[in-house]
Amino acid sequence: MHSFFNPTSPQARAVAGLWWWMFGVGAVIWIGVTILALWAANSGRGHRESDGLTHVDPGTRHRVERIVAGGVFLTVLILAGFLIYDFSVGRLLAEHPPRALTIQVTGHQWWWEVLYEDPDPSQRLTDANEIHVPVGQMVQFKLRSVDVIHSFWAPNLNGKRDLIPGYESTLWFRADTPGVYRGQCAEFCGLQHAKMSFYVVADPPVKFATWRATSSLPATPPTTDTLRYGQTVFMSSGCAVCHNIAGTGARGTVGPDLTHFKSRESLAAGTLANTRLNLTRWIQNPSAVKPGVRMPALPFKPAELNALVSYLETLK
Amino acid sequence: MRAACCGWRLTTAVAFIVAATACEREQRRLNSQQPKQPTEFVSQVSLQPGPTLISDTTEGPFDDNAHGTAEGQVLFEQMNCSGCHANGGGGMGPALMDDEWIYGSKPDQIFASIAEGRSNGMPTWKYRLNNQQIWQLVAYVRSLSGLTPKSARPSREDHMMTKPAPSQTPNAKPKNTGLPGGAIKP
Amino acid sequence: MTSTNNRALPADITLTEADLSRDAAALEETWRDTPGLWGWLSAIDHKSIAKRYIITAFAMFVAGGIEAAFMRMQLARPENALIGPDKYDQLFTVHGTTMMFLFAVPIMTAMGLYFVPLMVGARTVAFPRLNAFGYWTYVVGVLFLYVSFFVNTGPDTGWFAYVPLSGPNYSPGHRVDVWAQVVTFTEIAALCAAVNVIVTAFKMRAPGMSVNRIPLFVWAQLVVAFMIVFAMPAVATGSTLMLATDRAVNMHWFNPAEGGDALLWQHMFWFFGHPEVYIIFLPALGMVTPIIETFCRRPVFGYTAIVMANITTAFFAFGLWVHHMFATPIPELGQSLFTAASMVISIPTGVQIFCWIATMFIGRPRLTLPMLFILGFIFTFVNGGITGVMLASVAFDKEAHDTFFVVAHLHYVLIGGGVMPLFAAFYYWFPKITGRMLGETLGKWHFWLFLIGMQVTFFPMHILGLEGMPRRVYTYLEPTGWGTLNLVATIGAVTIATSVLIFIINAVRSWRGGAEATDNPWNSSGLEWLPSSPPPSYNFLHSPVVSSRHPLWDTTVDMPVLTGLRTDRREVLITTVFDAQPDSRHTSPWSTIWPLYVALCMGLVFIGSVFSPYFVLGGLGASAIGLIGWAWVSARDFHRDLVALPDGSVVERT
Repeated sequence: MHSFFNPTSPQARAVAGLWWWMFGVGAVIWIGVTILALWAANSGRGHRESDGLTHVDPGTRHRVERIVAGGVFLTVLILAGFLIYDFSVGRLLAEHPPRALTIQVTGHQWWWEVLYEDPDPSQRLTDANEIHVPVGQMVQFKLRSVDVIHSFWAPNLNGKRDLIPGYESTLWFRADTPGVYRGQCAEFCGLQHAKMSFYVVADPPVKFATWRATSSLPATPPTTDTLRYGQTVFMSSGCAVCHNIAGTGARGTVGPDLTHFKSRESLAAGTLANTRLNLTRWIQNPSAVKPGVRMPALPFKPAELNALVSYLETLK
Repeated sequence: MRAACCGWRLTTAVAFIVAATACEREQRRLNSQQPKQPTEFVSQVSLQPGPTLISDTTEGPFDDNAHGTAEGQVLFEQMNCSGCHANGGGGMGPALMDDEWIYGSKPDQIFASIAEGRSNGMPTWKYRLNNQQIWQLVAYVRSLSGLTPKSARPSREDHMMTKPAPSQTPNAKPKNTGLPGGAIKP
Repeated sequence: MTSTNNRALPADITLTEADLSRDAAALEETWRDTPGLWGWLSAIDHKSIAKRYIITAFAMFVAGGIEAAFMRMQLARPENALIGPDKYDQLFTVHGTTMMFLFAVPIMTAMGLYFVPLMVGARTVAFPRLNAFGYWTYVVGVLFLYVSFFVNTGPDTGWFAYVPLSGPNYSPGHRVDVWAQVVTFTEIAALCAAVNVIVTAFKMRAPGMSVNRIPLFVWAQLVVAFMIVFAMPAVATGSTLMLATDRAVNMHWFNPAEGGDALLWQHMFWFFGHPEVYIIFLPALGMVTPIIETFCRRPVFGYTAIVMANITTAFFAFGLWVHHMFATPIPELGQSLFTAASMVISIPTGVQIFCWIATMFIGRPRLTLPMLFILGFIFTFVNGGITGVMLASVAFDKEAHDTFFVVAHLHYVLIGGGVMPLFAAFYYWFPKITGRMLGETLGKWHFWLFLIGMQVTFFPMHILGLEGMPRRVYTYLEPTGWGTLNLVATIGAVTIATSVLIFIINAVRSWRGGAEATDNPWNSSGLEWLPSSPPPSYNFLHSPVVSSRHPLWDTTVDMPVLTGLRTDRREVLITTVFDAQPDSRHTSPWSTIWPLYVALCMGLVFIGSVFSPYFVLGGLGASAIGLIGWAWVSARDFHRDLVALPDGSVVERT
């Protein structure tokens, strides 16, 4: 799910290939040098002289000189080989088609804002903490940060790229196998750096198109009284100040977009599974799950909380 | 060597004593224990016996806490207080950096102003923010005019310089408006 | 002695026993530190200062280890509630800062400050008062960091404190200011040590110790001293100037909205940060050579190659820093240059390791404790070096950067390449410093537990990193599957802690009542083994005259010496840079309290700068007074009335 040893993109596969070569050669060198050192420490070819010191005859000395020089030469060759291989992998990683799906990821303390770009503004889609990509298509990521340095890293799919305020960095990959891949922030960004994860959901192109179409729609309006009450609780308390639910009066941009909240696998940036129980727990006291998080614990009565959670559960 | 050993014991003892005091400025209160709201909200009438004294001695829960004041700074921006108060210089709303306090500068009074709202446009926030957040905003607002301890005030933001950083603002001086009945000078 | 010009010199003389003991008594009186607390505080004997440095730095190693132990306890299980994020962030920052700034560099420079004068045949370092000032400044840094840590003001943004997180907006309070000033103090101390090493090694060598006869330990220290001089100003500018002023007086060095740049910090820091690790590593390599020579009973194979390897490594170390920034949006072509440089730097180190293995091969190695640690060094460091070459590749580094793979790599190279040779050096030179031998049995326990513990702790971290675990996380979720390897790593950490505890017990017991050591218990070849164990305050009765790389092995007759230095003042011999011909005589200064005073005033300047500019002004003014006192030359420096007593001792006539 998040292992470098399980590459699912050509980029990650190229890097993994480079790694296995370096690992193999490196292991041989490590074991070889260790054996050589242990052998040398247990042997000793010199002979003791009257001054108590060890001397060698010139012949042995010359042989050893040639062996050392040979070892250095071999090192240079191996390094040159690695260098060339690395440059070729680098070139592959830098290749990308001119037009591809572009996703803008903005790092916040401690969640990921995701914006799917489109030439048609009405097709632009804002989401949070979960990224959908079509299988078999190159995706370009434009990475920015609004506060501190974060780093976007999904090990199965590609290396990481830092999100640095004042810069826009780019990252490319193409997912080859459908699945859910986990990533985590990889640059220390404060108190909840440890719990700032995300999921990349790679869907076959048809399923991706369906997902995108559904997600562009505004939120499902509430149908029952409880759900309407839940929406009222959402709007009248602090929730609407920070969160956005398209199609309602909640237009906050401080926290993650919740329009299709329930369609996500996780909540709180990959920290908890998106279940009713976890959602209740999270809303009641976010600081218990992620100490230091900026989402406040608002004083809901049990009936209010129940209705609110039910409402949120309908936001698919 | 002997002198060195005494030195180590002394240093350890001092260190333990110092550790017990645990600097309040650097505390990060990450659990859910929120400071309580004031038991009695101050009335909105500004009449009081004697001249008004702008207080710089009463402390709110986060006034001497650097992290809490900084969180107040974040909230100030996220709740769009600048929309009316413009980084403290005022606009549609009154300036927050000066020493004119229509509804009082005590932490309780500012809490009431934020939580209850005030006439002429200050919204009510008590249903939107919890007590912890309002007290953090109180600390930040007070820091804008130099009413909180200097070492706990926030420094510059990573934005364009729209105002001097609160840590560079001079400490507020107690001000006596001198008017009978506590009326504020126009 | 032949002379380079045509002055007639007195013929060689033979010294009688009476001459020697009279000179020894007078020199002891002239060079020793004054007794008592005041004497201890005003001591400037390089051996006293270096011993204090070593003890303080080792205490920092233990403190850093305790912090690491707490971190490992927290990470042993997923979602552990032992330590929360705030405290954990302070723990890993203080651990890194302690180990890199307060342990590794000071202990390497301390070994240099103790042994470079002894190895080159000098009485003391070139600037003893500056040496003392450096130590006291370092102590101020230690106290500032740890007192702050105990009052919840420990820095919490990592040992490299990236902005904007460590900037004024995202790190409120004074935690990061503490970090910035600790860097200042350790940088000043390192510069003082570096200046001393350079001038001592260049100008105070024994006559005849030409450049091609300088011991490899001294070569390594010399090269590292130059690296310190070039690298430290970068971090000083970055942290003391830029970060501190951004935070205190609202400069905009790192504020993109006002024209600053967050990446500037990374460049400034890593331009220092990469040479820093070689500043730690090269002195350790310098310690390896004399140990191998002694226990293989022969000169090292490839002296010139090792010297050139040291110099080449030092140069290249300054061209690698961007490899810490491969994940940033720096143009790829530029990054590739640093890949090449990062791979190339492994070649000179490889040369050194091959030379040592060759020495063992053609010598007759005796597997004493120092040699065991050397073998541990080779085993551990080569692994770290190989993962380093892997990380040099941009493509792979983008996967492994800022994960536990890097944590594994850095500990393999720093522990394998720094701490193991250091422990070897401790076992080797402990007799010289203290006059006692370290216990063998406890030593073997220490070695095996340390070696095994180290592998058990850090090898699983390679896998953890590649399984997706990033650095600096106070916890991780259960479904990630990282729990088992983390638990294994914690068990290894406990093993390391046990081994270090065994070492401390061994050291304390041996120092108090271990077997007494002779002058040269290992039968080594360096000049530091000529005086007694421990050496007298004046190091050498007379300057030894050197005619080869291995002075104590090559003289079958008594060591020739150069006489004539005065005994009623602290006189040292200055020789020429390349051929070490006697050049002039220099009076070394007397013990004084002024370096401590100035260090405290400068402490006030830098610590006070965090709180108010008035402290800066006041502190500088007080320092100025101190500098005047420091530089004040008194008649007593130049002549003391010494009287020989009937029992053979010498006292000052008062």
